[in-house]
Amino acid sequence: MSRSPENVVRYATVTRVNHWITAICFVLLTLSGLAMFHPIFFFLSALFGGGQWTRAVHPWIGIALVASYAGLVAQFWRENMWNQDDTAWVRKFDLILQNQEEGVPEVGQFNAGQKFVFWAMVLLIPALLFTGLVIWEVYFGGLTPLLAQRIAVLLHSFAAIAAIAVWITHVYAGIWVRGSLRAMTRGDVTPGWAWRHHRKWLRELARRKSSGPQPRAEGTP
Amino acid sequence: MSELQSQDYIRRSASTLTPPSARRHEQEVAKLIDVSRCIGCKACQSACMEWNDLRGEVGHFEGSYDNPKDLDPNTWTLMRFTEWENDKGDLEWLIRKDGCMHCEDPGCLKACPAPGAIVQYANGIVDFNSDACIGCGYCVKGCPFDIPRVSPVDHKSYKCTLCSDRVSVGLEPACVKACPTGAIMFGSKSDMTAWAGERVAELKSRGFADAGLYDPAGVGGTHVMYVLHHADRPSIYAGLPDRPAISPFVGLWKGAVKPLAVAGIALAAIAGFFHSVVAGPNEVEPEDEANGRRLLDQQDDAR
Repeated sequence: MSRSPENVVRYATVTRVNHWITAICFVLLTLSGLAMFHPIFFFLSALFGGGQWTRAVHPWIGIALVASYAGLVAQFWRENMWNQDDTAWVRKFDLILQNQEEGVPEVGQFNAGQKFVFWAMVLLIPALLFTGLVIWEVYFGGLTPLLAQRIAVLLHSFAAIAAIAVWITHVYAGIWVRGSLRAMTRGDVTPGWAWRHHRKWLRELARRKSSGPQPRAEGTP
Repeated sequence: MSELQSQDYIRRSASTLTPPSARRHEQEVAKLIDVSRCIGCKACQSACMEWNDLRGEVGHFEGSYDNPKDLDPNTWTLMRFTEWENDKGDLEWLIRKDGCMHCEDPGCLKACPAPGAIVQYANGIVDFNSDACIGCGYCVKGCPFDIPRVSPVDHKSYKCTLCSDRVSVGLEPACVKACPTGAIMFGSKSDMTAWAGERVAELKSRGFADAGLYDPAGVGGTHVMYVLHHADRPSIYAGLPDRPAISPFVGLWKGAVKPLAVAGIALAAIAGFFHSVVAGPNEVEPEDEANGRRLLDQQDDAR
């Protein structure tokens, strides 16, 4: 582990592994899903061994994503509850977009943008799961009326497009806000990063003399 | 069937470019199924199995003449029998040969995501190229007539080809050849429409006032047409759709949503890129580091 002792722990190892399993699943689902969505992306099916393989493997990756994201939800739903600070933060969103930190309310472990990504996926991933099961031809093709399948495939497309848009926002935010990626790759952030972006969280860590969050093995908050 | 060098495509699934279509001056064909002349012998079903070399699993008696019970990957045409009580209280035995209608605007082809897996030739025949089929079942959702069936064995979708292999060499479809009563006719669509007109006139003269031709406009007309004695209510013939059309859900999914979704995703990525160009990265300043460090140290000192 190449963590600097000067730094603050942001994500435990189990969290990072969980996150990257989810991320890999999401990327694979996007590539295979787009291949079956629009002809200009059909060439992506070659990455999965052709059209038949793409069609066969896509739902299974989806199941893996659902299981993996459930792990992230179990770890983070408390920290993602919306509060008044978040509403105040959103009101200053124009400043935030201009990289101006003055006048922006202090942020706890997650800012409103991160919470939006979290809850958007909480909504979209089950929607993708249930509509996806309806159109999983191999196992469930004959179980629902055609009308249900037609609606399901349309909703699956809508939800997937929304999820991809949310994901692009998520990835861009991680690139834009320098020093963030390190939190998910190595698990730590510099005190300056925490001060600049999650000052309330840093104050809390300092108060508790904690080096950062630990995995919630015993269910402690 | 396998892909021929036909160069007479008018439609090709999941294709944004014009398919090879120089040779497209042949006449549109049609199969005309005259329900009023059908005796339900199932010779067409047998001929279809024989020509196309299909052998379904032997099933069970389901309490009706329909055998097998439904279309399947090995049953591309199926006689459907309906005992219908007419307005006078008399029994009418309605027998309809079900199978692909070869729509002028095929919902299966519209829904198909695999380039070239479904094609439509200039003569109107809608054909599945199984090599390119990925087994997703979108054609099943696209079809207004509930015709295609995906095989659980090879995960390919199957349906009537209108014997495109026979028609391409000047033969009639196998079912047409086998029909002993002339209930199934094959020829140019204009000839078949004219012949249907004679049949409808004859039926009307026999008291079937609502006799008519089933060539539904909702799918642009079909290349398999029915003469029905009760053309005012097609659904009494084992659920033949009264007004078939591609579902609006499929239309939206394969229409506006496709380009808008791609544009939306591209816009999201472009917006991120230009935000980066305009606003630049959000970098931690040295005073942030100093402040963060001081906060942690203060707490250390307080202890």
